[in-house]
Amino acid sequence: MSESYLPPGLPIPVPEPSGLSAPYWQGVRGEVLKVQRNPKTGVYQWPPQWICHDTQTFDVEWVEVAPTGVIYSWTRVWHPVHPALKEVGPYIVVVVELPHAGKVRMLGNLLGDPRQEVVIGAPVEAVFEHHDDAAPPFTLVQWRATDGKAG
Amino acid sequence: MIRRSLRGRVAVAGVGETAYYRHGQAPEPEFVLCLKAILAACEDAGVDPRDIDGFASYSNDRNDPPSLATALGTHELRFSNMQWGGGGGGGAGAMANAAAAIAGGLADCVVVYRALAQGQFGRFGQGSRANTITGDSALTNPYGQMSPAQYYAPKAMRFMHEHDIGQEALRAIAMASYHHAQANPRAVMHGRPLTEQGYDESRWITEPFHLYDCCMENDGAAAIILVSAERARDLKQTPAFVLGAAIGAGYRVHSTQAGFATPDLASSHFKTVARHMYEMAEVGPTDVDVVQCYENFTGGVLMSLVEHGFFAPEEAMDFLKLENLLAPSGKLPLNTSGGNLAECYMHGLELQIEAVRQLRGQSTSQVAGAKVSLAVAGPMVTPVSTIIFGSEAVL
Repeated sequence: MSESYLPPGLPIPVPEPSGLSAPYWQGVRGEVLKVQRNPKTGVYQWPPQWICHDTQTFDVEWVEVAPTGVIYSWTRVWHPVHPALKEVGPYIVVVVELPHAGKVRMLGNLLGDPRQEVVIGAPVEAVFEHHDDAAPPFTLVQWRATDGKAG
Repeated sequence: MIRRSLRGRVAVAGVGETAYYRHGQAPEPEFVLCLKAILAACEDAGVDPRDIDGFASYSNDRNDPPSLATALGTHELRFSNMQWGGGGGGGAGAMANAAAAIAGGLADCVVVYRALAQGQFGRFGQGSRANTITGDSALTNPYGQMSPAQYYAPKAMRFMHEHDIGQEALRAIAMASYHHAQANPRAVMHGRPLTEQGYDESRWITEPFHLYDCCMENDGAAAIILVSAERARDLKQTPAFVLGAAIGAGYRVHSTQAGFATPDLASSHFKTVARHMYEMAEVGPTDVDVVQCYENFTGGVLMSLVEHGFFAPEEAMDFLKLENLLAPSGKLPLNTSGGNLAECYMHGLELQIEAVRQLRGQSTSQVAGAKVSLAVAGPMVTPVSTIIFGSEAVL
């Protein structure tokens, strides 16, 4: 396992028993980023839902999208609220918008210097952070600035 | 057709609180705190506790109406209500539900209450200790986003970015609460004033929130008795009439955990809700004499005040200056008891009580002749809710 941005010990993401989000978690294990789309209208949605919110139909499809985006907002966390994060901060959480996928948004950490300047609107690309030794193994989608300043 | 409205039909007749404690410091069980706050509100109103026939609360309060009614020996139980979702966002919603029950004839005397003993139970501002996590939380917690401050910080950050709003605006909101707490002996932060330097030098919790931008967590209980307007006029206290109230959220506002996906991210989610409240109340922002606005985080107050129409986002840096926010003579006296930041985090019910005190002339930071008093419940935590009270002169 490569070194992760945050140390091990945080809750491990797993799909619900219903399997709603399973295609996402399976996809990122193979470095494929998938979100939901309405096959009739092409309207994207994220996080996953059972129903297309624009037509109230249940034929939601999963589609692969390019793992790039722009920073929509962010916070730099200094005060830890979990034992695994004591003495770890600061760390950066970014909200990333995917303009090519209906402007859906995702969350992640911004890799690189945790004290770096964060610029809203800056382009970022996904980095698939594999946690192969976790039980069960999982992969997080992290983000790296692509303007050459960080990462 | 009868106009569907609460305006002037229901009033607050009594308010009650226990002493307020630092979190984990309550000397009694939460249920006992709850009972004592309800009895204090009955005493304040001059109502026999056995005549309470309805109970309303929010944020999954642990003290359920059948248990309370049994313990208090109430004659009968007619209304038992929990505002669904919203955490502190539901405070005005519980008031609205109680008022609606009275106006609709479901009950005659409803108590709204909230009790917290975080030593006996858990705290809010801590992350999940689970080994695995699913659903919306699985998309946030593994990135270290797992507390309310961390969930809501990006909303404020984006709003401040879009409108070029600096940290000074948040500082003024924090300092207004601390200023008013110095006049309020009930306040947990009474005797602990906050200076600009103290704010600026305080540690970051999560940017853009310093320590003083974040609410306290406390132990205690608060209760409010509502009855019909007619009955309130015959009771001990000057009635605070409900003018209008509203609950809700705009388009596709996601759960707190998936808040990053909400289309209108940079919002407290009062845009639709405040409009409905003002329409029912038949007043507008310029009629408001004094505001209690729930500070989970100061950035939420900033957006709430904008969305309640007090100023445009681009005016925020001019409007949010300390002198404008102070009783008795500021342009918009804000959080005149010290609020969640400096009086007590009673999940915002203490703000509802302060809104009533202003109309009675009983605040420790009184706005002279206040006739229209607004109480905004937890911003960003949908469904949010807001309520506005008026004196007899406004009806």
